[in-house]
Amino acid sequence: MENTVSIFLFGKKYEVPDNLTIMTAMEQVGYVLLRGCGCRNGFCGACATFYRINDDKPQVCLACQTKVQDNMHIAALPSFPLKKQIYNINEISPDETVMMQLYPEIYNCIGCNLCNTNCPKGLDVKAYIESAKNGDFKRCAEQSFECVMCGACASRCPAGISQPQVAMLARRINGKYLSPESKHLKDRIKEIENGDFSELIESLMQKPIEEIKELYNNRKIEK
Amino acid sequence: MHHTYSEKIKESLKLVEAMREKNIMSEPNRMTSEQKNNLLASFHPDYNEKYFDTLKIGPNKGDRVPVELANILQSHSRIKPDSVDLTKPDFETDVLIIGGGGAGAVAAIEANNAGANVTIVTKLRMGDSNTIMAEGGIQAADKPNDSPEIHFLDAFGGGHFAAKRELLAKLVYNAPETILWLEKLGVEFDKDDSGDMSTTHGGGTSRKRMHAAKDYTGAEIMRTLRDEVINRQINVIEYTSAIELVLDKKGNAAGAILMNMESGKLMVAKAKTVIIATGGAGRMHYQGFPTSNHYGATADGLVLGYRAGAKLIYVETLQYHPTGAAYPNQILGSLVTEKARSLGAKLVNKKGEVFVHPLETRDVTTAAIIRECSACDNGVDVGDCRGAWLDTPMIEKIGGEGTIQKRIPAMLRMFQKYGIDIRKEPILVYPTLHYQNGGLDIDENCMSTSINNLFVAGEVAGGIHGKNRLMGNSLLDIIVFGRSAGANAASIAKQITLGELTLSHIEKYEEEMLSAGITTSAVAPKLLPDYTNNKKSTQK
Repeated sequence: MENTVSIFLFGKKYEVPDNLTIMTAMEQVGYVLLRGCGCRNGFCGACATFYRINDDKPQVCLACQTKVQDNMHIAALPSFPLKKQIYNINEISPDETVMMQLYPEIYNCIGCNLCNTNCPKGLDVKAYIESAKNGDFKRCAEQSFECVMCGACASRCPAGISQPQVAMLARRINGKYLSPESKHLKDRIKEIENGDFSELIESLMQKPIEEIKELYNNRKIEK
Repeated sequence: MHHTYSEKIKESLKLVEAMREKNIMSEPNRMTSEQKNNLLASFHPDYNEKYFDTLKIGPNKGDRVPVELANILQSHSRIKPDSVDLTKPDFETDVLIIGGGGAGAVAAIEANNAGANVTIVTKLRMGDSNTIMAEGGIQAADKPNDSPEIHFLDAFGGGHFAAKRELLAKLVYNAPETILWLEKLGVEFDKDDSGDMSTTHGGGTSRKRMHAAKDYTGAEIMRTLRDEVINRQINVIEYTSAIELVLDKKGNAAGAILMNMESGKLMVAKAKTVIIATGGAGRMHYQGFPTSNHYGATADGLVLGYRAGAKLIYVETLQYHPTGAAYPNQILGSLVTEKARSLGAKLVNKKGEVFVHPLETRDVTTAAIIRECSACDNGVDVGDCRGAWLDTPMIEKIGGEGTIQKRIPAMLRMFQKYGIDIRKEPILVYPTLHYQNGGLDIDENCMSTSINNLFVAGEVAGGIHGKNRLMGNSLLDIIVFGRSAGANAASIAKQITLGELTLSHIEKYEEEMLSAGITTSAVAPKLLPDYTNNKKSTQK
C-alpha cells in the first residue's frame, strides 16, 4: 500500500503519495506546469520553491529534486527579478574595478548568511560574494560553479545583491581571461587553417563505405 | 529521506563489492561489428517493430517512424488558417529563431554579429533546453595524437556509416575552433595549470577528446550563451511558442504564427529567414521509456517543418542513453553521465559480472543492458523495473579519492539527496530516452533541403550523426551548426524582400490527410507533455 502525506500547495491541502517529488505531486493533483518547471533534473533553476514544515523555519529547495513530506506548506518562486548588468565581455577589465562598476552593492554585504541558508544547492554563496569583492574571480567561479541561478539567495538578501549574476560575470572572466591558454588547441586550429587535414578529410569523403568500415573496425583505440 | 537498498538488492550489492577488485583489473572485450549488429537487431528499441508506424502522407510518405511521432506528424493544426490576418504582422524581423536553447542562442549571436535584426521566441524561458542538461562534455580533436579525420571515423562508424558525410566533416573540422570560440565568450573548461585540456574517452571514441566543465558542461555553456544574448540586447520573447510556419507565395519560409503560452494570444511574425532550433523529443516517451530530457522536448520542430513540407531524415532512430537512473524512483530516467564510465566505472549484472565493455557506443551499451535485464535474467529487480549496476566506487579506486567530487559533482549530489553515496556504493541504471538522432534534413549551409530560407540547427536537425550519436558530439553540433545557421540566415536575409504571406500549406495538408483516410483528433505541435493526474507513469 502507498503511504500518503498531507501537503499544502499555496495554502490548499492535498493528500498525495509520499514517494513523489514536490513537482510530480503538483502534477498529480492537476497542475499543468508552465512556470516553475524546466529541466526536471536540478540543472536549470526554474523550480526554486519555499516550504515550511509545521512551525520550523522556511526552507528553499528545487521542486524537482525534493520529496514531499507530511505537513509541507509549499510556495513556488518561479521567477525573481535579478539585477543583470549589460556589458561587453571583450571590453571589461578583468579585475575588481569591474565589480565596483557593475555590481557595487556587493560591498554592502552585511554577512547575514541568509543567502547561504536559502541556497537549494547548498552553496557557500556568502563566500563567493566575498571572493568577488576581493577580485578573486577564479575562486568565485569555483565556489559558485554549481549555481543554477534560481534567484532564491537574492530574494532574501537585505543588501539587494543579485548573487547569481555576480557569479556569472566572475565565471566568464575566469573562463576568458584567467584560465591558462591551451597551446595544443591553438596549434591544432592553426594546422586546420593551414589546410593540413584537408586532403585526408577529402579522401574520407570519397572512400567507398566498405573501405571506411575496414578502417573503423581496425582503428587503434587509445588506452 | 534516506533510502537504503532493500535486503534483496543488498545481496546482489555484496557480490558487486566482492568482485570489484577483479573487475577493475580486467579489460572486457570489445564486440566485433557482427556481434554488435546482432545485439542491436535483437534488443535495441529502434528495432522493435510493434512500436513503429508508416507515414501515409508528406515528404516522408512510406517511411517508418515511432508510433507516437506518426500521431503528431499526421495531425491537425492548432489554428484555422483564416483565423489569423497575415496582412497585419505583429512584428517583422530579419531572422526569426524558434527555440531558446543552445543552438538558438548561438545562431542569434552569429546573426547579430552579421548585423541582422534577430528575434528569438521560446515557449519556456531563455536557456530552457536539453543543452543545459548535457553533462559529460564536448568533443574536439585538438590533442597531438588526434586529428579531425580520426574524429570523423569514430563518429561515422558510431553512427553506422549513415551520416551525411559533408555534414559530419563540417562538424569535426570546426570542432577545435568551436572550443576556442566558447572560451572567448568565457566558458570554462577543465584543464591543468599548463593549459592542457583534461580530456577523456566517450563511448566509441578512439582518442581522449572529451572536453568538459566537470559534469555541468552544457549548463556552463548555456548560461554563458544566455548571458551573451542578453548583453547583446537581442530581442527574446519568452513563454511564446511557434505553432505554424508561415510561407510566402513562392513557398519560402517567411515567418511563423506564435502563441503566448500564458494567454493563448496569437501573433503573426514576419521574417526574412527562419531558424528552427526547437531541440529534441524525449518527452514523447517513445515506447514508454522515461527520459533524461527537458520538459519542453516534444518534437515541435519536426511537426512545424513537416506540415510545411520539409523532409525528415533518420527520425526512426532514437538514442536511449544506457545509464538513466533506475533507482530511486524519484529520479527514474535522470541522466547518469557517460563520463562516469569514461572515468572507470563499469557495468555489472546482479551476479557481480561485467557484461559489456563500458565504452561501447551508446546504442550497443543500451542493447546490452536490455539483454542483460531481459533474456539473460541478470538484472537487479528494483520494484517497478530492473536495472544493472554502475559500479561508481571504481572511479575513486582508479582515479584516487576525491575524483568523483572533482569530476562529476552533479552525480554525487543527485544521489546524495536520496542517501546514496556513489563514492562508496554503486548505483542502479537502465536505458533512458535521451536524444533524437534524426530530424529535419539539411544541407551544408543548415538550410532545409525542402524549404528555402528555412534554417535548422541543433537536435532538431538530422543527418549529422547518422543513426547513433557519440557522446560529446551534440554540444559540438549545436555550436557548429548554430553558428552556421545564424550567419547564413543573416546573410540570406540581406537579399530578401518579403512578399505576401500564406498558410495555404495547412489546408493542403488537411486535404492530404483526408484523402489518405487519416482520421485523428490529434493536434500538434504538442508543446508540453501532459503529466496531470498521473497520465504518464514514466514522468519524473
